[in-house]
Amino acid sequence: MGKFSKSADTRSVPELNTASMPDLVFAILFFFMVTVSMRSETLIVKHTLPTASEVQKLERKSLVTYINIGIPLDPRLGTGTRMQLNDKFAEITDIQEYIAQEREKLSEADRQFMTVSIKADENTKMKYISDVKQALRKAYALKISYSARKGEN
Amino acid sequence: MAEKKKRKVPNLNSSSMADVSFLLLTFFLMTSSMDTDSGLARQLPPPPQSEEQLKMDIQRRNLMVVLVNYQNQIMVRTQAGDEWYNNIAEMEGRGGKVPLKEKVKEFVLNPNNRPDLPELIEKDFGPPIGKVLVTADSHVISLQNDATTSYKAYIAVQNELVKAYNELREEAARKYFGKSYKELLPEQQEQIKNMYPQRISEAEPKDYKLGGEK
Repeated sequence: MGKFSKSADTRSVPELNTASMPDLVFAILFFFMVTVSMRSETLIVKHTLPTASEVQKLERKSLVTYINIGIPLDPRLGTGTRMQLNDKFAEITDIQEYIAQEREKLSEADRQFMTVSIKADENTKMKYISDVKQALRKAYALKISYSARKGEN
Repeated sequence: MAEKKKRKVPNLNSSSMADVSFLLLTFFLMTSSMDTDSGLARQLPPPPQSEEQLKMDIQRRNLMVVLVNYQNQIMVRTQAGDEWYNNIAEMEGRGGKVPLKEKVKEFVLNPNNRPDLPELIEKDFGPPIGKVLVTADSHVISLQNDATTSYKAYIAVQNELVKAYNELREEAARKYFGKSYKELLPEQQEQIKNMYPQRISEAEPKDYKLGGEK
């Protein structure tokens, strides 16, 4: 019987070495930091983007300016189509100034590549989109992208 | 001195390191959005400088008008004939009608050199394609909409047009390079793009004037 107790004493579970754990986690952390972009603005309009199968990715995020079009999140503001520029509601007439501002932020060489991404709700009436397009033409922001989710219609 | 006492370096307790880095990781996971923005890229025409520029002079055969009305019905008009789609599903070919995509492809290619489809002009695209008869400089697709057309239908039509061009480019890539369009070198892609440039006009209905109907 004494034999049993002896063997139980000598047998010990080897400790799991967790020294490399932080390194692993840091590796994942850096991966996320590099691949991901911070949520830059809070939306105050809600929109469901239309779906399209032939979408292209917008390459350089720093060159993209967003125009959000949809119904206000706050129900007190009604259910009409509104536009959000820079964290606040805006009218069509504000676009020109907004584009000029955004263009100022870019370096001289990059200005020609500036792209405007129109993120509009799928139930928006085309009159509104056409007005936005006309305003963009006047502001010489001619590269646009109709933002859409990838998928079959 | 005979027996040097081993100096023990105290271990740095790094067990909490993992916790700290996990905290950072979760912070980044929460505050970031993985989804990259994607969409259909378009080039708008510059604003009109004068009244003269508003009028486009296009031969009737070179023009395809795609009209999306307020009920999201779609009408396609070319000199070769008209087509009418009652809804988006029908336009995509799910209702037994010839899908818009095929109409566009036939319009851009004009394979049988019909006089009521766009004019074929010989153009040199460099080796290995050489001189080919294409409608690259002649055809125009004019996309028009009503004031209350829904954005969803408009994008669906845009998507269908882009799909037609993408398929044409894919076919050309297979024919001339024996590879998929995606696998081509950038300059080869450029050659194919020049063969089938996207000539979609989104001009306002009021700015628009049919050249052939004078």
